[in-house]
Formats: sequence, structure tokens, C-alpha cells
Amino acid sequence: MRRARLGARLAPYFLVLPGWLWLVLFFVVPTFVMLSMSTQTGDIVAGFKQTFHWQNYSNGWDQYHVQFVRSIIYGLIATGLCVAIGYPVACWIAFRGGAHKSSLLFLLLLPFFVSFVIRTQAWSTILSDDGIVLSRLKDWGIVGADYHVLATPTAVIWGLTYNFLPFMVLPIYVALERLDPALLEASSDLYGSRAATFMKVVLPLSMPGVFAGVVLTFVPAAADYVNAFILGGSHTTMIGNIIQTEYFTNQDYPTASALSFLLMVGLLLGVFAYARAVGTENALEMAAAQ
Amino acid sequence: MHDNPNNLPPDFVRGLAQPRLTRRGFLQAGGLAALTAGLAACGVSGAKTGPTGSAATKAAKSFWQQQKKTGSFTFANWPLYIDKAHGTHPSLDLFTKQTGIDVSYKEVINDNAAFFGKIQPELQAGNSAGYDLMVITNGFELDKLKELNYLIALDQDRMTNFNANASDLVKNPSFDPGNQFTMAWQSGMTGIGYDPAKVGHKITSWQDLKDPKLKGKIGMFSDNQDLPSCALLAVGVNPEDSTEDDWNKAANWLKDQQPLVRKYYDQSYIDALGRGDVYASMAWSGDIYQANLGGGNLEFVIPDEGAVIWTDNMCIPAHAEHALDAMIYMDYVYQPKIAAMLAEWINYITPVDGVQAIIKQDAAKATGGDRASLNYLADSVLIFPSSDEFAKLHRYRVLTTDEENTWNDIFEPIYQA
Repeated sequence: MRRARLGARLAPYFLVLPGWLWLVLFFVVPTFVMLSMSTQTGDIVAGFKQTFHWQNYSNGWDQYHVQFVRSIIYGLIATGLCVAIGYPVACWIAFRGGAHKSSLLFLLLLPFFVSFVIRTQAWSTILSDDGIVLSRLKDWGIVGADYHVLATPTAVIWGLTYNFLPFMVLPIYVALERLDPALLEASSDLYGSRAATFMKVVLPLSMPGVFAGVVLTFVPAAADYVNAFILGGSHTTMIGNIIQTEYFTNQDYPTASALSFLLMVGLLLGVFAYARAVGTENALEMAAAQ
Repeated sequence: MHDNPNNLPPDFVRGLAQPRLTRRGFLQAGGLAALTAGLAACGVSGAKTGPTGSAATKAAKSFWQQQKKTGSFTFANWPLYIDKAHGTHPSLDLFTKQTGIDVSYKEVINDNAAFFGKIQPELQAGNSAGYDLMVITNGFELDKLKELNYLIALDQDRMTNFNANASDLVKNPSFDPGNQFTMAWQSGMTGIGYDPAKVGHKITSWQDLKDPKLKGKIGMFSDNQDLPSCALLAVGVNPEDSTEDDWNKAANWLKDQQPLVRKYYDQSYIDALGRGDVYASMAWSGDIYQANLGGGNLEFVIPDEGAVIWTDNMCIPAHAEHALDAMIYMDYVYQPKIAAMLAEWINYITPVDGVQAIIKQDAAKATGGDRASLNYLADSVLIFPSSDEFAKLHRYRVLTTDEENTWNDIFEPIYQA
């Protein structure tokens, strides 16, 4: 009797055990090693030793804060653009998709069956100075002969927006899909205009989706290095590019680890603050208050 | 006893309840200590010391005496860096026919640094990296491979073809005295590539890459070897014996130039140059040659101030399981006929003397388009630089680890702005 009860009590723990093991093995241990590495000194030939050299952090910040701030700004702008584009798209699929909803979602995801490096590379060909788009625009006199898209911040930000758009659309779509149509009917029965229905019913109830989308978009966008690498120019380097160079080209593991850790902590704090301010529950409360 | 339903002695319960805070404090302190100890434990060891001087020669001799032919080996090389016909590599097929050794040929190297990063953990752990022969450019990574004892010293008795046919350029190079660890695969130049139609005039100097008329149409390399070396040449310093003052001077030159630069490129510069995103760029000689074969009209110049010459080197990584097979292959490519097979396809500077004559003979035998392209190849100064041109070519600076940190701190903020 006692034994069975013990087993029953422990069962949930056993059930979450794989999850915990996964987390420990692939997150806690690597993070710990990275934290340790970030305060070491040395070089690849002499080896790296733990000396608790916390200056790696201040040095890293001093040297690369421009790229840090730039990554955050690019990430924020790209996330904002994703909301602006993604929300109407999700709305349209959820409310106007009808029988074609799954086909439309499939179309949204279709490009993502091709590696995103290859797609980004394709954009660099399409948007090249004398490529198929710009050469026409230049012929028609719409843009000047010197106009170019590649190698500008605009190119990098739009690249990020393009690459992370589905991560915004899908959570918003799921939130809207779950919305009970009876609520919309109730709103119009109560003489709510379409605009009022949207503002007071649809938007608040979809906030959890927007919240999830923002986190899913902003974190990888701010840490991305492929778009800056392929579409960027001489002043668009992001912190991801710096970390990659520190690891692979300079083999300066401590600086690379310190920068990675700063980025991780920065993003975590940002996400936490954001969750506190407009977290899922707050969003629902806001909806309830109205 | 009713107050105490668990039947525990009251003092024991009190004991559990009271020192709670202290125990937590103790655990916290203990946790912190464990964390600190853990942080300290995760170091990365450096080079394992190997034999030096005559002991090294002896060790190499005994190593090679123990090696046996295994009948196969794995070759890690860069893309488009070997002859190709009908889906196979004729020079490798011929090698297999002559020696019975199969070659597993892998085009896995795109970048010295990234490849080094890939094999380093395996070599550090004392395992085979999975390759028996690899091609690494002279520079930081090759120096590190040597310093870390990640390379097997070559069998000097099995370098017959090399000793007979290797060109002066690759014999006893400054980065590997006595060819102790390496034999050259191919060499090439880093100079300026440009589209004469778009630039509108001849480019002759590194200062032409500072022409305000080319604003936004200039490409530079995003690396810590070619870019600094070419900037050093631009300010009139030979990179090989440059000082820290010179590095700062070169960095200032690059910073002045920065507003004009469209982008600091990797290998993709050649596409940008081909499609007109940039009009003039730092360039590798063989790329320009190949782009022109494909219908381009680009020009490669060795600027007046000089250009950089680099050599890609065959070497055998530590713990290779088929070292002897790889060693036999390394000497095999030093036969002029084999070297010509490679050169006709690769279009970089061959390490073997007498190849130009063989290509001319091949051209005489060939017909039509093949004949024209072989003649073009044999006459190209990009493939066979004259002695005047050789005089303008310089090697990279060899840096100690300390110097390398300074060097990176000076130049990295420029190409990663």
C-alpha cells in the first residue's frame, strides 16, 4: 500500500525527468561552462585558465557596445515590422480563410522548407545594384543611379523581418483562432461597431499571441548574424557576427563567452521586463477590465 | 503527546525548526563555494609539448618506420581546388591506378579559421580529426597547428619528386623551414580586381581604392590577414617586417577609407564584383582568372606598392590513421605532368617547375576552344608571374600570440564596424 502510494507520488517527477535531463544537459551545463570560460584568461596555445578575470565583461562591452545596441535596435524594429505585417495576415487567415485556412498556413510556411541562408542569399542577388529589381527602377528613373539597397541597415532589418515573420504570424493566428465567434456576435448585438469590436474584443484577446510572437521574433532577431553577414555592409555588423569572429577566427573564447553571456542576460532581462509589463496575464486582465 | 502528532521528540522538532536560517545560509555558502570550484575546474589545456630539434627528427624517423600502407586515405580540401572531368577527378583516379590507394576526397574547407575550429576539439582530445591530409593557408591557423603539435612531421625520405621539381617559391618557405610539416598545394596573390569598363581608368595602386569617385563601390576583405597586409603595403611597409607603429598607420589608412567601402567581404566579393555591386575590390588572382573564363571582363593588378602572396599547404594532422598513404600522395602531385593536370583546372600558381612548358605542349595538341584557353593559361601572368612581378609579392607577417592579440585589437574594429 505504502509502496504504491510512493510510486504514485513520484510518477509525475519521473515523467518530467526527461525534460529536466534535457534542460540540464543542453542548457545548464553549457551555460555553466560558458560562464566559467567568460572569466578565464589565456590563449589557445598556452591554454585557458580560470583567473576570475571579470574585466572580460567590461572590455567586451567597451569594445563592442555599438554592435550590442545596434543589434537590440535592429531586433526591435524588425519585431515591430513583424507585428505590423503579421497581425493583419493572421487576422485575414483566421477570419477570412474559411475552408482554405490550412492551405494558407501551408503557403505561409512553404518558403521555410528552403534553408534560410539560401533564401537570404537569393535576396542579395535579387536586390543587387544592377539586379532584376533595381536596374528596372533605375531605367524608369524612379530611383537615382547611385541608389542601392544592399549593404544598408534597411536591407538587414528587412531581412530579419522577412526571416522571422512566420514566428509572429503563427502565435497570433492561434490566439485568434481560439476566439469564440459568439463573442463577436455578442459585441455586435450590443451595438458595438466593427472598430469597437476589434479594439475591445479581438485585440485584447489576441494579446497573448502577440506577446508570444514578440518574444519568438525579438530574441532570435537580435542575436542573428546571417542577415547582417549576407545583406549588410561596412556599418551593419551585429553582435552575433562579433561573437562568431571571436570564437572561430580569433579563438578568443573568454571574450566570446563574456559577450554571449551579456547578450543572453540582456535578452532575458528584456523579456522578463516585457513579460511583467504586458505579460499574458496582464493582457487578459486588461481585457477583463474593459 | 497530543501536541505532537508525528511522535517526534519535541526538542528534535525545535531543532529542525530553529536553525533553519543558518542552515540555508550554510547551503548558500556551500553552493557558492561549489560554484566557484566548478568555475575554476572548466579550464582548457594548451599545447602538449612535443620533441624539438634532433629529437624531433629521430621521433619522426621512428614514426614513419612504423607506418604501413592501408590502401586508402581521406583528403580535406577547398571547393573547386582540384581537376574535375565527368564527375570524377582524373588526377586522383590516376593515383589510385598507379598505387592502389583509394582517395576519399572531401571539399570541406571554406575558411581556415572555421576549419581549424572544427578539428581543434578532436585533436585536443587526442583523437583523429577524420582526415589524413588537409590544405591550410600559411598564416595564423597553420602557425597554431604547428605550435599545438597538431601536425605530423613529414617523411623527408619520401619527398623525391618534391626535391626534384618544387619551385623556389615553395621550397624551404619562411613559415615552415625545411618543409618539416608542409608541402605546397597551390599559391596565389591578393591584389586588386576591378571592372575597367565601370571604373573608367586603369588601376595601378592601392591608393586607387581610396578614390572618392568610387564611393560605395569599393570592396575590401573581412579578414585579419589579407586586409591588414594589403593596408600595410598601401602605407609603404613590407608586412613581413612591420612593427606595431606600422600597424596603427595601416589601420588609420583603412579608417580613412572606410566611408568609401561598401562592405568587407568574404569569398562572396567575386559575385559582387561580377554583378556590379562593387567596381573594384581586393581580390584573389585565381578567382579573377576563373570569372573571366566564365565570360567576365575583370582585370587583376599587382599594385605598384606590392601585393600579398600566400601558399596553401598540404599537411598531415596528428593522429591520422592513414599517414603513409597521404605522404605518398603528397609527393605524387609533384610530378610536372600531374601538376599540369591540376594547374589546367585550378588556375592558381603551381608549386612545380616546368608546368608552363607542358601546358604549351598540351595546347599544341588541343584544338579549338581548348587550345585557346590553354594558351591563355600558359601566357597568364596570374598563373605564371614573371620575376619582375615576383619581386613585388610579399608574405604575411608571422605573429606571436601576444602580437596577434594587439594586431586583432587594431584591425578587427575596422572590418567589423
